[in-house]
Amino acid sequence: MSEITYLEAIREGLFEEMERDANVFCLGEDIGAYGGAFKVTEGLMAKFGEERVIDTPISEAAIIGAAAGAAHMGMRPVAEMQFIDFISTGYDMLTNYVATARYRAMLPCPMVVRGPSGGYVRGGPFHSQNPEAAFLHTPGLKIVYPATASDAKGLLKSAIRDEDCVLYFEHKYLYRRIKEEMPAGDHLVPIGKARIAREGNDVSIITYAATVWKALEAAAQVEKEDGLSVEVLDLRSLLPMDDEAIVATVKKTNRVLIVHEDTRTGGVAGEITARINESAFEWLDAPILRVTAADVPLPYSPPLEDYVLPQTSDIVLALRKLAAY
Amino acid sequence: MARSGTTASPPASLNKISSGEAQPGLTREQRLELYYYMRLTRFLEERLVNLYRQTKVVGGLFRSLGQEADAVGSAYALDRSKGDILSPLIRNLGSMLVQGARPVEIIKQYMAKGDSPTRGRELNIHYGDLVRGFIGQISHLGDMVPVMAGVTLSFKMRKQDRVGLVYVGDGATSTGAFHEGINFAAVQRCPLVVIVENNGYAYSTPLRKQTAAQQLVDKAIGYGIAGEQADGNDVIATYEVTKRAVDRARAGGGVTLIELMTYRRKGHAEHDNQSYVPEGEIERWASENDPIDRYVKRLLAEGVSQAQLDAIETRVKQEIDAATDEAEASPMPDPTDSLVGIYADPPELSPLWFRQGIKSAVEKHERPSSWGTHDV
Repeated sequence: MSEITYLEAIREGLFEEMERDANVFCLGEDIGAYGGAFKVTEGLMAKFGEERVIDTPISEAAIIGAAAGAAHMGMRPVAEMQFIDFISTGYDMLTNYVATARYRAMLPCPMVVRGPSGGYVRGGPFHSQNPEAAFLHTPGLKIVYPATASDAKGLLKSAIRDEDCVLYFEHKYLYRRIKEEMPAGDHLVPIGKARIAREGNDVSIITYAATVWKALEAAAQVEKEDGLSVEVLDLRSLLPMDDEAIVATVKKTNRVLIVHEDTRTGGVAGEITARINESAFEWLDAPILRVTAADVPLPYSPPLEDYVLPQTSDIVLALRKLAAY
Repeated sequence: MARSGTTASPPASLNKISSGEAQPGLTREQRLELYYYMRLTRFLEERLVNLYRQTKVVGGLFRSLGQEADAVGSAYALDRSKGDILSPLIRNLGSMLVQGARPVEIIKQYMAKGDSPTRGRELNIHYGDLVRGFIGQISHLGDMVPVMAGVTLSFKMRKQDRVGLVYVGDGATSTGAFHEGINFAAVQRCPLVVIVENNGYAYSTPLRKQTAAQQLVDKAIGYGIAGEQADGNDVIATYEVTKRAVDRARAGGGVTLIELMTYRRKGHAEHDNQSYVPEGEIERWASENDPIDRYVKRLLAEGVSQAQLDAIETRVKQEIDAATDEAEASPMPDPTDSLVGIYADPPELSPLWFRQGIKSAVEKHERPSSWGTHDV
C-alpha cells in the first residue's frame, strides 16, 4: 500500500463509510460538482450521486439543522463547513438543538460536522480559526481533532458511526503536508483516546492537531541540545477527554507543558490544567505552563501570524524553563 | 372577522384565501373528531390553569385560547397511517393531541414529573415521539424549520410517501433559522408544509413591529414556493388549506407556506397581563370569533345534535380528570437521573466530587413564595 496525505485519508474515510452504509450522506457548500473548497469531497458525487452528496445554499444553520432532522430519522449525515470559521453561524443549531436532543427529547442525533480548521496558512481572521473551545463547553457534543493521516481516517470513520454528534476538526495546514500508509482493513480510531506521539521521561507536552508536529520538533531539538527526554501526548479527542492518559503522563514526568494553537483565555489548556490540578496535583514538580496563541483575532500578514501563533522555538523555551524549575 | 393585511394582491396562482365554505371531504365522524380535539385542547389548558394557580405547575403556562382550530385542523390534514410528522410550536398543543399525545403526558410535563415524557428535563409541551409523529420544539424560534427540512429530506432520499409539517408564529418569521430552513427545503423540494400561525403578537410585539410585509404569506413568493392564507379560526378552512399543501407535498410538489390568521387571546404566558393590547380587542375576538363557538354553530346547522356535542364534552372532562389524577400521583424525578443520557456512550456521567454519595442537593423541595411562579 502506498502513502496518502491527511486530506486523502479523510476522503478515503468518507468513501468507505458511504460505501458501507447507505444512510451516510454528505451535505455542504460546493462539495458536490466542485468537490469542496479543498477538494476533500472530490469524486464523491460522481460515485454516489447528487442525492447523497448535496450541494447546499450558503446556510450553515440549515445545513446543521437539516442534518439533525435527517439524523433523527436514522440517516448519518456528514455536514461540511466550507471553513470551520463559519460554524459560528450554526452555533445555535449545534449547541441548543443538536447537543441537547438526546437529553431533553431522547432523540438520537448521529451526525458529523467537519471542516478545515486552523492557521499557519496566512488565511486571516476568518479562514484560520480553531473554534473548539467554544464547543468544549457544550454538554452533548463530541470533539475530535486528528494530527496524523491515519488518525484522520480512523477518527472520521468512528465519528460517522458514533451515536451522537461529533465535531470533526481537520487541520488545513496538515492537509497536504503529511503522508502516511493507512493501516489495513476497517481502520477505526476510538473517540476519547489519546495517543503517545513520543515517549519521554523528563517533561510532558499535552497537545493536539498541528501543534503536535511543533511539539515533536521541539522535543527532538531539546533531546539533541539539552539531553531532555520529552513525552508528547496527542489528545486526538477533546470531548470526551482522555483523563487517564493525561494523568498517566503527569505521573511519569511530573512536569507539564500544554500547547495549543487556539487563543489562550478560556482555551482548552485551562481545562486540562484544572483537571490535572484536581486529580494529580501532588505529582507535579513544577507549575503547568501553556504555550498558545496570543489573545488576538488571527492576523493575515506572515510576520503578524507567525508572531501570534505558537512556534517550535516557543515550545523549546517552555521545555527548558520547566526542566530547570 | 378582523383580518390584518389583506390589501396586497399577490399572484393568484400562488395565493388564495380559503373561506372554508366548501363542504370538506370529511365524514360526520371526522367532523366530530375535530370538535373533540378542540374541546380537549381547551379543557386541558383550563385544567392546567387550575393546577398552575395551585402552584402545581413548576414553570410557566402557555395557552392557545382562541387558536385551537388552527392547530387541530391543520394537524388533522396529515396522514398518521403514512407516518407523517409535525413539529409544533408553543400554541399548538392541539396538533400534538391529534397526533396522539396524551393529556396525562402534558400534565406530567408541566408538573415536572419523573415519569413525564422528558423525565423532568424539559418543560410544558416541549417533547416528542417519532412513532406517533411529533418532534418537540426548542425555545429558539425558527429552529424547527431547518430540522423539519432535514426530516423531510430523509423522506425524499428514502422515497418514502411521508410529509412533514412545521409550525412557526408570526414572530419566528423574522429569524434567520426560518429563512435558512425554508429556503433549504424549497431548493431541495422537500415534502414540507410550513404553517405561519399569525396570532397578531410575538410576546408583546405586534405584527407591524415584526415585519414591513403586508402579509406573511407574501414571503412564499420570495422562496419560489406555493403560498396560501386561510382563516385560522375556521377549523374546516384550516384543514382544507393544509390538506391541499400536504397533498401537494406528497405528490412531489415541494414546500407550501400557509399563513393562518388567528388571534392570541391570552398573554405570551399566564403571567403576562397583556397591558399592550388595545382595549376591547380581546373581548371582540372572544365574542365574535371564538373558533369553538363558530364550529358548534356550524355543526348544529349541519344536523349534529346538541346531545352529541354534550357527550363529547363529558368524555373530555372524564379524560382530563383521570389524567390529572394520574399525573398528580406521579413521582418527581430521582435527582441522579439528571446525569443520565447526555450521550449514548458514556450512558451516564459520574457525580461531581461534592455530590458523591449524595442523592439530593436540598433537604426539602419547596419553592419559597418570593420566587413566584412566573418564570418562562
